[in-house]
Amino acid sequence: MNEKIQRPFTASSFNQFLQEQKLMGTRCEKCNALFIPPRAICAKCRSDQMTWVEFSGKGKLAAFTSVNIGLTFMNAQGFDRKNPYQTGIVELEEGVMISARLLGFNPQDPASIKIGAPMHVEFLEIGEGEEKRMQLAFRVD
Amino acid sequence: MTLRNRPIPRGVSIVGAGMSKFGAFPEKASRDLFIEAYKDLVNSVDKGFDPEDIEIIYVGNFSNDLFEGQSHIAPIMADSIGLVPRPAVRIEDACASSGVALRQGIIAIASGMYDIVLIGGVEKMNNLPTSKVTDTLATGGDILYEIPAGFTFPGFYAAMATAYMHRYGATPEDLMNVAIKNHENGALNPKAQFNVTIPDWMEKRKASAKRKGKPVPTWETTWDFLHDDHANPMIAYPLRLFDCSPITDGATAVLLVADEIANQFTDSPIHIIGSGQASDMPMHDREDLTTIGAARYASHAAYQMAGVTPQDIRIAEVHDCFTIAEIIASEDIGFFDPGTGYSKAAEGVTARIGDKPINTSGGLKAKGHPVGASGLGQTVEIWKQMRGEAGKRQVPGDIPLALTHNVGATGQTCVVHIYERRS
Ligand SMILES: [Zn+2]
Repeated sequence: MNEKIQRPFTASSFNQFLQEQKLMGTRCEKCNALFIPPRAICAKCRSDQMTWVEFSGKGKLAAFTSVNIGLTFMNAQGFDRKNPYQTGIVELEEGVMISARLLGFNPQDPASIKIGAPMHVEFLEIGEGEEKRMQLAFRVD
Repeated sequence: MTLRNRPIPRGVSIVGAGMSKFGAFPEKASRDLFIEAYKDLVNSVDKGFDPEDIEIIYVGNFSNDLFEGQSHIAPIMADSIGLVPRPAVRIEDACASSGVALRQGIIAIASGMYDIVLIGGVEKMNNLPTSKVTDTLATGGDILYEIPAGFTFPGFYAAMATAYMHRYGATPEDLMNVAIKNHENGALNPKAQFNVTIPDWMEKRKASAKRKGKPVPTWETTWDFLHDDHANPMIAYPLRLFDCSPITDGATAVLLVADEIANQFTDSPIHIIGSGQASDMPMHDREDLTTIGAARYASHAAYQMAGVTPQDIRIAEVHDCFTIAEIIASEDIGFFDPGTGYSKAAEGVTARIGDKPINTSGGLKAKGHPVGASGLGQTVEIWKQMRGEAGKRQVPGDIPLALTHNVGATGQTCVVHIYERRS
């Protein structure tokens, strides 16, 4: 048996797990509901008895977009009107959904992106030097 | 669950409503816009009133802190129209801020605490460059888990659009029908930011090119124009520029009073008989991405409170921040079954002369979307339409019942109101 992970149920912990290339969410010990991003209080039964669980990182595309007019921090990564980035919502095989960057699609042909496409997690390294960090992304299989 | 929906314990009436011109006004600060809306309201009160009698002010505002660098905006708005030392309260629920402010005013009167309440809404967005406006609007989403994925405000609705198109077979052209209709209405609204139809816009662009001696675009139909990546660029697939509401400076104001004193102000008050508000999780935690759950809860609560059904409602102003948002809204408020809103729009059912007119004002799309002022802007249109004062865009026939649907960001908040004209 693995020892229970003792980290607070916060975005900071979630991001720290990402740096360790782990996709982590929480499970309610009372009703077994799964949450990713993690929750400290169960949205189904309101119990605060939660535990960290690792997700497989496999799923399928639930919704997407290709962003031509992007956020400043994304534009700083080289995206612009002519070079859009893709983002969306992935439904994980565990049955819950998460927002993430999408990789592996043709940015010039967003109409070819298919909802339901099989996806797998990819820990995307962005930034330079001190700013370097892993960002959550999913790549089409 | 079912939200609390017992009848409003004390009747509430609208006795005046006004708005500034919506648009881009570099020379106007937020308080200047609010003063303009307030003066328009003053002129709308049939029997006149003494501002001295106003007891409290609620102001809807999304993000003046970032847009204008000025927070604590409620007392500034109150002071700008001479109403200090009355209590002034800012309400922030993203794009639903002033719809929620209206609801707070209703609660204030219904509780018996106040009799005469001023509601305002204001947003001054054009001080910032578009890139900073994009960042600011995105703060209405979840900055911990949604924004890091790169979601912009158009991006959120674009994702809903892909889910909707996938499930129901709608096309980008089906969405764009909403923009064409709303511009037709906006062309008849002198306060609208885009007081022009899309075909007229296209002709103006051609005439301008000709006048400047530039190559004249070869668009022959509206669809040629709307499919042109240069004239109608992609913002976030599948949403193009004309699917999106604009960046707008504007303000709105409504005077609410207790029913029993309404006849001191006008013989034609508009009664508010239903008010529903609900909240929701971020998009990725919702069970269905083709509907806005908070809008369904809020609509249900408002209908129950009013004791009426969607079939009874003659017109609605809904939150069309994007074309897909109006289609989903037309289903969420119960006008149409899930998955049929886009065909109803194409058939003209929601046109000004259709069976269920939606957004006769031009909507957020053509009238403009000064975020924190938009919800109350819907109320201003309903006030005009129900009293037969909407000019060239007046819906034919009586309007005994009407509805407004105001969404915050991607639907974490929705507030719905139902209005009645008696006699
Ligand atoms: Zn639970």
